[in-house]
Amino acid sequence: MTTIKVNGKDAGLDGVPVHTTVLDWLRDRGLTGAKEGCAEGECGACSVLVARPGIDTPTQWTAINACLLPAASLDGQEIITSEGLGKSTALHPVQQEMAVRGGSQCGFCTPGFVCSMAAEYYRPDRTATTAEADRTADADRTAAADGACAHEHGPNGFDLHALSGNLCRCTGYRPIRDAAYALGEPAADDTLAARRSSPPPPPVATQLSVNGSEFLRPSTLTEVLDLLANRPGAQLVAGSTDAGVEVNIRGQRPPLVIAIDRLPELREFDFGVNEVRIGAALTLSEIERLLGGRVPLLAQLFPQFASRLIRNGATIGGNLGTGSPIGDTPPALLALDASLVLASTRGERVVALADYFTGYRQTLKAPDELIRSIVVPLPLAPMTAFHKIAKRRFDDISSVAVAYAVEVVDGVVEQARIGLGGVAATPLRARATEDALVGRPWTERTVQEASEVLAGEGTPMDDHRASSAYRSAMLGQSLLRFFAQHLAAEGVSA
Amino acid sequence: MSSLSLRPENSVVGLPLPHESAALHVTGEALYTDDLVIRTHDVLHAWPVQSPHAHARILDLRVKPAYDVPGVVRVLTSEDVPGVNDAGVKHDEPLFPSEAMFHGHAICWVLGETLEAARLGALAVEVEYEELPSLVTVREAIAAGNFQGIGRHLESGDVEAALASAPHVFEGEFEFAGQEHFYLETNSALALIDEGGQIFVQSSTQHPSETQEIIAHVLGVANHAVTVQCLRMGGGFGGKEMQPHGFAAIAALGATLTGRPVRLRLNRTQDVTMTGKRHGFHSSWRVGFDDDGHLVALDATLTADGGWSLDLSEPVLARAMCHIDNGYSIPNVRVDGRIAKTNKTSQTAFRGFGGPQGMLVIEDILGRCAPKLGYDAMELRRRNFYQPLDSTPYGMPVRHAERLEACWSEVLETADVERRKVEIEEFNASHPHLKRAIAMTPVKFGISFNLTAFNQAGALVHVYKDGSVLINHGGTEMGQGLHTKMLQVAATSLGIPLSRVRLAPTRTDKVPNTSATAASSGADLNGAAIKNACEQIRTRLEQVAGGKLGIGAHDVRFADGVVRGLTFDSPTLSWEEVVHAAYFQRVQLWAAGFYRTEGLHWDANAMRGEPFKYFAYGVAASEVEVDGFTGSYTLRQVDIVHDVGDSLSPLIDIGQIEGGFVQGAGWLTLEDLRWDESTGPNRGRLATQAASTYKLPSFSEMPEVFNVRLLEKAHEDGAVYGSKAVGEPPLMLAFSVREALRQAAAAFGPAGTSVDLGCPATPEAVYWALDKARACSASPSTGGA
Repeated sequence: MTTIKVNGKDAGLDGVPVHTTVLDWLRDRGLTGAKEGCAEGECGACSVLVARPGIDTPTQWTAINACLLPAASLDGQEIITSEGLGKSTALHPVQQEMAVRGGSQCGFCTPGFVCSMAAEYYRPDRTATTAEADRTADADRTAAADGACAHEHGPNGFDLHALSGNLCRCTGYRPIRDAAYALGEPAADDTLAARRSSPPPPPVATQLSVNGSEFLRPSTLTEVLDLLANRPGAQLVAGSTDAGVEVNIRGQRPPLVIAIDRLPELREFDFGVNEVRIGAALTLSEIERLLGGRVPLLAQLFPQFASRLIRNGATIGGNLGTGSPIGDTPPALLALDASLVLASTRGERVVALADYFTGYRQTLKAPDELIRSIVVPLPLAPMTAFHKIAKRRFDDISSVAVAYAVEVVDGVVEQARIGLGGVAATPLRARATEDALVGRPWTERTVQEASEVLAGEGTPMDDHRASSAYRSAMLGQSLLRFFAQHLAAEGVSA
Repeated sequence: MSSLSLRPENSVVGLPLPHESAALHVTGEALYTDDLVIRTHDVLHAWPVQSPHAHARILDLRVKPAYDVPGVVRVLTSEDVPGVNDAGVKHDEPLFPSEAMFHGHAICWVLGETLEAARLGALAVEVEYEELPSLVTVREAIAAGNFQGIGRHLESGDVEAALASAPHVFEGEFEFAGQEHFYLETNSALALIDEGGQIFVQSSTQHPSETQEIIAHVLGVANHAVTVQCLRMGGGFGGKEMQPHGFAAIAALGATLTGRPVRLRLNRTQDVTMTGKRHGFHSSWRVGFDDDGHLVALDATLTADGGWSLDLSEPVLARAMCHIDNGYSIPNVRVDGRIAKTNKTSQTAFRGFGGPQGMLVIEDILGRCAPKLGYDAMELRRRNFYQPLDSTPYGMPVRHAERLEACWSEVLETADVERRKVEIEEFNASHPHLKRAIAMTPVKFGISFNLTAFNQAGALVHVYKDGSVLINHGGTEMGQGLHTKMLQVAATSLGIPLSRVRLAPTRTDKVPNTSATAASSGADLNGAAIKNACEQIRTRLEQVAGGKLGIGAHDVRFADGVVRGLTFDSPTLSWEEVVHAAYFQRVQLWAAGFYRTEGLHWDANAMRGEPFKYFAYGVAASEVEVDGFTGSYTLRQVDIVHDVGDSLSPLIDIGQIEGGFVQGAGWLTLEDLRWDESTGPNRGRLATQAASTYKLPSFSEMPEVFNVRLLEKAHEDGAVYGSKAVGEPPLMLAFSVREALRQAAAAFGPAGTSVDLGCPATPEAVYWALDKARACSASPSTGGA
């Protein structure tokens, strides 16, 4: 019997087609609070809370897009929906603030906002991080369009980025922000707050087969690798933030789906002396918390990577596994000189990320391999930055992404690694630009010349996100901006 | 003061109440059309077969393979239509076309036991197309002379003479994009066959009466055989004024043919690729100024990109032409308007309904010309404001023109604009890579449907024996808070607490022949109709109460559920006692209310008359910061003073102002409709057809500081309880954002740089604008910025 505990009650999954999303499954059960606004994880109207392993507490209530995740992947897990938070006659504190402050107009996006807001309300360290977050935010303010800003944190520690994956077409957001910033602490008898102190349900070895399609959640990496070796065409799913879009928008129905997001072998994390090792099935949100700012380039990247709702599901292995030229982690990891550990029944091998991408959505990864972990060598370059060019600051796809890791010694560029996204069929290193920098003085003249080289890197194209001319211009401008941002820090005169 | 606008003391109208459904919204208990499916048995699901070509003749349509797909129950084609194969009111929108007119056009519909079966069935349908030449851009249509509907001409004064003698004449072109509504709830309908063949359709529609009429004419039945109900919409913004009709008709047709309930809910891709949007426009213009910066003449040609059929393009164009003056007095005006026919979705109503497009043209002109004239753009705008006793180019007096100046000066003062301008100059001087700017723009927007006949409304008010009240009216709730206001109007009008009044969903069998909830008129029209019904009942109850209190009926007062005489020591009765007594005296305790807006007249051919009951006014100041490396920007502060008359419901009105503003800013700066204009295989395909590619404003676009004030002492005589419409006008306050971006881009160049800015002003568009301005600075003669 496969079941999900929804709002405290067990509900069955038997006979449910394996590609059914959590959202459709909930709605088919009469829980119509969660809505479908876009079916691709962009609007958040489907947001629900899932009991997930926490960093600071055994369980953290984690908001996810129910439209992307297969219901089967939550076998044995616990969900809370807007209906489970409160009733119209007894509103939850989050619902109360949203209601009285005019946080809803048409109300369609509202249950999703409420769930995303509740996740932040229950974030165990919400108050504790306020001062630090504000300082970080103020420091970032000069970085203009990047990252967080001071006004994006409430006096109650509420991080507005918790709502970056929720769209409202009616209110203009001001009353929703007011509601978020007015929230207090959970009451002493709050059952969802109390739930955080015991572990979340363990993953359940799931085997579902409906109408010829299979969903499997093996317990060990060995089982997964055996399946990959013997069942070509199997679809691996972790956060399903990409696979879910393929199912919903492009009608893909892979005959075998294998869930790997809870495999302990893929969730290892080690910050060592010589390297950082990050398990491929750790979510972006988990990595952000585990690193705690110790890799500044990634710390700058995280708030710009999709939305909190997506980061709560999306894994770093998934972002690299799709081989997309516009993923946001590849440029950053290229600049960090990262490597991947690929695993199969044949054993493990280490591949430099710079060699990994071979063509449009093509990689060195063999069909029977999966990414086990990502390795970032230490020490880190002292000067780093992540520049994302997009139409919208929260939750957009890059037109161009540029990541820098540069070291200047005695006024001369000792090393420079520049990762690019969005300007070719693959993410790539800006080798010519790196060559134009290394060994030369870190001056305006060097940078000006190198920026012209950078503007010529890649083969950017025209599309609905940007023109090729703008993409090229942004490459060149990016280096000028990086230089301007690091003038003061390095004490270099222009 | 008219009796309609007179507001009693301590009334329920005017209280800042949350949305009447707020508690249902936040818990997810509020039901939308598609939430009813799980509560309905034996439902069939519908999926369209969409054209992969921008323009193609359908040579053959083979539906049989669909029936081989398990779970497929029925394929609906033109042969199934018992009535008229038409989904519009202009008879130019076949429900099942023989010619695909745009990429994504629905050719036929498949009904399945599950959505998955219907989807697979649609994939199995075989359509043979003969591709035909297509026009995708408005420029292509202009070049080909491909227009539709009636072109219009608006003229006052002598434009040629004025331009000939004007000391400063400029000319230009400006093409700007439309906007996808992106209501969070996509179009949906659920149709059932009732007892006796009656058709009952739940529809997410702003215009239940017209949805009913279209269903009836497609099915070939009388209107009385069809009932349409709208519980609420998850957003409308004009996108559900005309667009829902065809989808409701498909569901109703399917239900009629199969005898089973049929659910049609578009997914986002289908909704964006099939339904109409805000019209993009092309404009070309000549403008003349005198030496004092006064506008003396404007000659403009507006071409609306109508898409494949007329839909509401004609009235949208008329409103654009009637708003090209915005808040500015232009003594000599000539505007020619026409509607291009292109192979795109049929563009439709969208908040502002052409008004924003007309006003954008003049605001763009002023923004471009101010540096050329040597004026600060703020000053140029202010000195051209309409003054009391002025009239518009179509001959309507600009009543309350002084409110433009009142709003403007209040914004200047409360937002400390002059001081901030100085600070901005200092900031810009010390920041080579960042520039800030502040811009102020006004709004003057005409309220009423341009077509006089639509300015009518009905209501039904029931008082039950226990004193509880149920109201019903012809307006629909799409999030704008109409129902909240209507509850307040009923409670005020009957002199009872709000808790005694309940509102029932909008249905065509309760109030017939309604107008669309559109043109910002929902509260004006339906509020007056409700008030009328309540007053009929109250007048009857005054007789009853007068008898019991031993006083004349005219001396009876109703307030907060207590009925009493005029005198301080009057005895009192409870509302319930009076209602109870009235029932036993066999007094009618329910009434139908009606309202029509008086004093309107409009000659659509001559483009002259007084089409509007009044104008709504507002002013916004927006401050932006632009990054010179990328063109990206932040909206630092917005200050608004807006005229809503005496507000019926201030929390609701402020919500409308803020939401309208951000939606307008989205249109002007972010939202980017991109059709494939190439000659490749995807020609005519909308490239931005998803939330991942069509970006709405998110939290990152909301102003960091957002101050909204309602203009005080703004009583509107002749409107319900002295209030004004608020739905559309605030959207146009967002011109201030675009103008601030223009000025910030100009700040990268030498003083007096005139900047042409693309629309939407995306970071890329702003980058090219500032890059051009910066290039002016780089020339040796002008020195550094």
